[in-house]
Amino acid sequence: MRRAAVVFGAGLLFGVGLVISGMTDPRNVVGFLDFTGRWNPKLAFVMAGAVGIHAVLLRLLARKRPLGATSRAGGRARIDAKLVVGSAIFGVGWGLSGYCPGPAITALGFGLPAAFGFVAAMIAGARLGDRVLGRGAGDAPDTTCSAEA
Amino acid sequence: MLPAMLPGLIGGVLIGLAATLFWAETGRVAGVSGLLRGAWRAQGGEGRSDSVLFLLGLVAAGVIASLARAEAAALPRPLWLLLGAGVLVGFGTRVGGGCTSGHGVCGLARFSRRSLVATLTFMATAAATVFIAGHLVPGGGVP
Repeated sequence: MRRAAVVFGAGLLFGVGLVISGMTDPRNVVGFLDFTGRWNPKLAFVMAGAVGIHAVLLRLLARKRPLGATSRAGGRARIDAKLVVGSAIFGVGWGLSGYCPGPAITALGFGLPAAFGFVAAMIAGARLGDRVLGRGAGDAPDTTCSAEA
Repeated sequence: MLPAMLPGLIGGVLIGLAATLFWAETGRVAGVSGLLRGAWRAQGGEGRSDSVLFLLGLVAAGVIASLARAEAAALPRPLWLLLGAGVLVGFGTRVGGGCTSGHGVCGLARFSRRSLVATLTFMATAAATVFIAGHLVPGGGVP
């Protein structure tokens, strides 16, 4: 029960951070990516704040608890074609819509029909990715989620 | 310019705190694309409930924000383009192993070279996409 409350609270805090920083408004995102237009640097401040505090706290807390399976070397922790090609494709979709997964899911709470369509398409795209990678629903749970360091 | 950027910095700090809280409780990276995948997959247990609860927290933040009348309109794009973009985001983050939160926030905070490469790659293709859309497609620019 405690765990459930903390995890829900973490999601809520993450979403509030996205809203306060303006990242649920795709205009801020596309404005940042538009280097030739009226450049909007907001996203850089968001990244600096998020990466900065997370990096410091991880190092303070990691003295008590190791960074976990995500800090393993080898395996998927290599820089390979999948990492680069996948990220490149993600960037095209991000640039077209101004939505990445976090803000898109938070936008569901706004009741935006566009967000519902986008998230449904995103899930379909991820399932397509599963098939391309050759990993069906039957493999081991991916406890490291994403971004294995 | 700096006062206008202050909400960005504050919101970013909240995002970093949330990612830390999630990791401290579960030992997992707060990567939204990975959590979304974890939420629909058939395996039950803590992994799945963590994913679902975190995502519900994100949606709840959106509900609160909409009640507080925060702005969050989608870009004026045709539906087919928005859906196509969604497929690209879902496919790309699955194959690339992370998105803006997993690679961009959590990975960079861990000084992961993989995440640095991923982040530079999706930033570059996203900027190129915005450039091309803004110059070659009528109505494709920043509103």
